[in-house]
Amino acid sequence: MKMRKMLAVIMAAVVSLSIGACGADSSGSGSSNAAPSGTAAASNNSEKKIVLGFAQVGAESGWRTANTTSIQESAKGAGIDLKFSDAQQKQENQISAIRSYIAQKVDVIAFSPVVETGWDAVLQEAKDAGIPVVLTDRAVKMEDGKKAEDYYVTFLGSDFRLEGERAAQYLLDNAAKLFPGKKEISIYELEGTVGSAPAIDRKEGFDKKIVTSTDVKFNIVKSQSGNFTRAEGQQVAESWLKSDADKMDVLFCHNDDMGLGAIQAIEAAGKKPGKDIIIVGIDGVKGAFEAMAAGKYNCSVECNPLIGPQLMDIVRKIMDGKTADIPKRIESEEGVFTQEQAAAELPNRKY
Amino acid sequence: MNLESVIGITKKRLFWPLFTFGIILLFDFLAIPGFFSIQFRDGNFFGRPVDILNRGSVYAILAVGMTLVIATGGIDISVGSVLAISGAIVATMLGSGFEAKIPMLLCILAAVGVCTIIGCWNGLLVSKIGVQPVVATLILMVAGRGIAQLITGGNIPTTQYQPFTYVAGFIPGIPLPTSVFIAAVVVISALLVTKKTALGMFIEAMGINSKASRFSGIKVSRLIFMTYAFAGLCAGIAGLIACSQIKAADANNAGLLIEMDAILAVAIGGTSLAGGRFSIGASVIGALILQTLTTTLYALGVSPLALNVVKALVVIAICLIQAEEFRKKIAEMVYRERSVKNAKA
Repeated sequence: MKMRKMLAVIMAAVVSLSIGACGADSSGSGSSNAAPSGTAAASNNSEKKIVLGFAQVGAESGWRTANTTSIQESAKGAGIDLKFSDAQQKQENQISAIRSYIAQKVDVIAFSPVVETGWDAVLQEAKDAGIPVVLTDRAVKMEDGKKAEDYYVTFLGSDFRLEGERAAQYLLDNAAKLFPGKKEISIYELEGTVGSAPAIDRKEGFDKKIVTSTDVKFNIVKSQSGNFTRAEGQQVAESWLKSDADKMDVLFCHNDDMGLGAIQAIEAAGKKPGKDIIIVGIDGVKGAFEAMAAGKYNCSVECNPLIGPQLMDIVRKIMDGKTADIPKRIESEEGVFTQEQAAAELPNRKY
Repeated sequence: MNLESVIGITKKRLFWPLFTFGIILLFDFLAIPGFFSIQFRDGNFFGRPVDILNRGSVYAILAVGMTLVIATGGIDISVGSVLAISGAIVATMLGSGFEAKIPMLLCILAAVGVCTIIGCWNGLLVSKIGVQPVVATLILMVAGRGIAQLITGGNIPTTQYQPFTYVAGFIPGIPLPTSVFIAAVVVISALLVTKKTALGMFIEAMGINSKASRFSGIKVSRLIFMTYAFAGLCAGIAGLIACSQIKAADANNAGLLIEMDAILAVAIGGTSLAGGRFSIGASVIGALILQTLTTTLYALGVSPLALNVVKALVVIAICLIQAEEFRKKIAEMVYRERSVKNAKA
């Protein structure tokens, strides 16, 4: 009996704790909406606050978290009321979030589409409701010959194809140094989530650029999806290394997280990552800089997530009626980082 | 060997899971040269079979917990999120340096302890309050991932602490990955407890008829509570391995949808999802079948676009082979065909 009572007390404590955690969670994400609107009500009578509805993909990587933080902080700084939702990488969640923004009659909707297709209906609804849409980070495709450009004001974000090309360019430029005396180089490509814009465009950019090499021949031997995650990237790399450990010269990853997962698999196969096998990734996450500084990673093409300030500028312009001045495509500023720059750059990395 | 003894063997609990496993392994042997080759490298075994055991250990541990829950007629769909919480706790507590911020044993105990408490919470909801198992565990399936993200602050905390990498890697001097031993300990202790005590029989009785069991003096609600707590413990242990594999806690992706794989492993093992008779050994084979399938498809180099379709088709085929009804239908068809032929002759 005593046991049971004690158990009950413990359970009660756990319940209150978990409820407390949930409460903290919801107030945490809600505060970005609630706090600014509260201050707005107190301070302004003259001007209505701009409401921006943002449907985020999820929190699948450090990159995405930095993206979210940048948008939340710059919205606060710009005095824009941000309604934020996290889709947990599911398109249906994102569509329902956008629908709720339409129902709430927000001023501007911005979102980073999980996949490229399937947005026709919800974008039409936004258009019918007269709410301008801004795409961030990823593009969309429409069906039946409809032009996607007619449905959004601008697409703010990185050019994934260009990132793929830059990754290939790094290999082309450094072939002599990285692979002394070799004429045929085998590349293994870890792709992102099947059907996502970054996976499609990075692959196309890289694959097309890499074959333009004249003096050294690059062959993409195998290509498989690692779903942009460390665990799956590691498992695919581990499988390749079982049969092709001695053939693999380059591992090209559509994001750094997969490459970081692969490092362990390469070490387990008795190879030196960064020396025996050259690893090139995209995103420029902090982990990749740490690995580069340790000599286990070779190159990371930056994909800048800190687009919050640019997004807020666009929202302001739309609200000022200057929509016509905004170009359909705005690129974020990005660089290419190698081992030589890694140590110096590391303290500056925010994501 | 006469026909009857052959039929007798097919009636054995482990026969069909082992039969399916054998077919997959035979296919690997014939279709993929070097699939079974194991090298001895730097004092460790290195090869695809080792990968299957190493990665399959996560599924196997989850499947053990899931089997008992399912045997009581319940289900636990929160294990994927609980696994993520376990990884988040251990990686956050260890810190990102080469030295552990907090002694590793403490971190591991904290992670596994919290996961067991979460399992208790599920058990409490199901056994004492009477919430339906799917609904009760759905709460933590959704909220659990949020809790894991809260712990990691939305980042992917990494750890460089060498001893922790031994959990899914190799302890120097031992040629098999530690995860295999951890899984073996979990499986064997679960087997001992359910086979050597009356616990297994109680659980089966309860899954078949919970009311009758209660009237015959079995403490049904306490048993149900215990199975969920055990499933939480298993998820916690699996989380340590998953975290150690990538030396990081990926709160958002670790164990995503893995509860479905665990349930599938139990189903492939032949335990009815309606509860009742169960076999831990068969579920473990089910888990190994799933991992072997993944390893096989990667080794074959199936295009990423077709990967999930191929996997689904194979799983459907496996489930059909396992289904007694389906086997009966096929046997009937063959029998009819034969008798028609005989009649013609």
